Amino acid sequence: MTPLLQVERLTKRFGGLTANEDVTFTVGEGEIAGLIGPNGAGKTTVFNSLAGFFAPSAGSIRFRGQEIAGLPPEAVAARGVARTFQIVRIFKGMTVLENVMVGALLRHRAVPEAAARAREALRFTGLERRAADPAGRLTVAEQKRLEVTRALATEPRLLLLDEVMAGLTASEVQEAVEMVRRIRDRGIACVVVEHVMEGIMPIADRMLVLERGRLIADGPPQAIANDPAVIAAYLGEEYRAPGA
Amino acid sequence: MSRRAGTAALLAALLLAAVFPLAVSRPAWQNTAILMLMAAQLGVAWNILGGYAGQVSLGHAAFFGTGAYVSSLLSMRLGLSPWLGMLAGALVASAFAVVIGWPCFRLKGHYFAMATIAVVEIVQAVVNGWERLGGAVGLYLPLAESGFAGFVFNRSKLPYYYIALALLVLTLAVNWLVARSRTGYYLRAIKDEPDAARSLGVSLTRYKLQAIALSAALAAMGGTLYAQKELFIDPGSTLSTSLSIKMSLVAILGGVGTLFGPVIGAAVLTAIEEGSRVLFGGTGRGTDLVVYGLLIVLFAVYQPAGIMGWITGRWPGARAARREEEP
Repeated sequence: MTPLLQVERLTKRFGGLTANEDVTFTVGEGEIAGLIGPNGAGKTTVFNSLAGFFAPSAGSIRFRGQEIAGLPPEAVAARGVARTFQIVRIFKGMTVLENVMVGALLRHRAVPEAAARAREALRFTGLERRAADPAGRLTVAEQKRLEVTRALATEPRLLLLDEVMAGLTASEVQEAVEMVRRIRDRGIACVVVEHVMEGIMPIADRMLVLERGRLIADGPPQAIANDPAVIAAYLGEEYRAPGA
Repeated sequence: MSRRAGTAALLAALLLAAVFPLAVSRPAWQNTAILMLMAAQLGVAWNILGGYAGQVSLGHAAFFGTGAYVSSLLSMRLGLSPWLGMLAGALVASAFAVVIGWPCFRLKGHYFAMATIAVVEIVQAVVNGWERLGGAVGLYLPLAESGFAGFVFNRSKLPYYYIALALLVLTLAVNWLVARSRTGYYLRAIKDEPDAARSLGVSLTRYKLQAIALSAALAAMGGTLYAQKELFIDPGSTLSTSLSIKMSLVAILGGVGTLFGPVIGAAVLTAIEEGSRVLFGGTGRGTDLVVYGLLIVLFAVYQPAGIMGWITGRWPGARAARREEEP
């Protein structure tokens, strides 16, 4: 069986700067993959290439067996890849419901049908009581949740989450973790860029570690936490598993 | 204000507009009212692209002029009814809008606005030098027999009033339908966060082109009405940057991205224009421009949401009524 997402030797250069080099990994159906690495390691560049915002300099990205590298974002979205942004980009001139409707309209062209689907998505992420509020009035945590809801409304097979837990309080992180788990339980695979280790480590099936544009580790969270190269590059001693 | 009250207010406004020229018979007042309706129609047409999609065009006179020239030339050379000419002008303007939109939409924000100024300046220069289009002298439309079929009314300006009103209602209806459609949601999304819109499957080029095509077609219809009312067109009056700016100003003053904002903006601007003309006469030429400039500055600083934004901010009920209309 071909994996849902198959990234091979993905390379992205900006002039003389190589942001990603020979990055190879796969993500299976319904899998949660954590993508970690120090600042500037090239995590967001990987995301931008996957979501169609960057055309890779070399390499291939196959989604459900089809090449998507170099397609524009709207075409990638239509094939079933949705994303959120590191810095939230909600539609501030719209209500919460309308924000989500823009996502739902991708698969449901009729506005009333899209509104019904958007309400469903808001119920799923627990934002339903905010539906009529202007999106700009939400808290940061709610705005991040709104971005996830909007992406879910496009009915994706793969969801790319860019630091949805950054800047949240401990209890908000717990809620976010719970939400990602429930998204996976719907059969949607997730690639999660995250700095909040206690958020991503418990739920990830696999961890991918980037350093200076290269993938230095790929494996289950336990193995990654004990990998000397990863500890040296990024994690620090406190994430070494007990007894190691 | 409930939704029903809103509908009632709308019908009352329409009724008032319909009986206004019967109650006010002074030709000067009637003429001012016609100018208001025409300015409002152009502002509403501009608003589809500039307001909802957030693509500020300062070249809409190019589409207005296309409408005026296409219908006038077809009527003078081929004897085509100006009513059909109006449709032809709308189609030509739409096609023209797509052709210039394609490259111009690669530019963002101020750069897009500057490119549209260049477009209207180029079109004006071309028509100025093109003898078969009347050149800089312009075109005098033949004085056809007065009547509805010929779209010419010599005895009274009243029919123009009702045609302008009908065209405004049509333009508002198109705007209303667009705002409630998939395209309307996509245009607002593109205005707020283009990258986020793309990540949700929205093709920026496709929907911006839809918006400019529709906006241009409606502006062109306004151009035909102008030509038939004045029976004289030249590049200076129909293809000028100042006309383009006025179209955008009507919408910005009233409230961009709102249905009735441009109507209010047009009423205020036309009143200023005509008022300063009456007050200062020939010596005051350009006074209206000074007032425009002042208004732009004041609104940009204190009330970017325009007059409509001020109204909904002051009477939250009006905003609640708007929210109820959402699905």
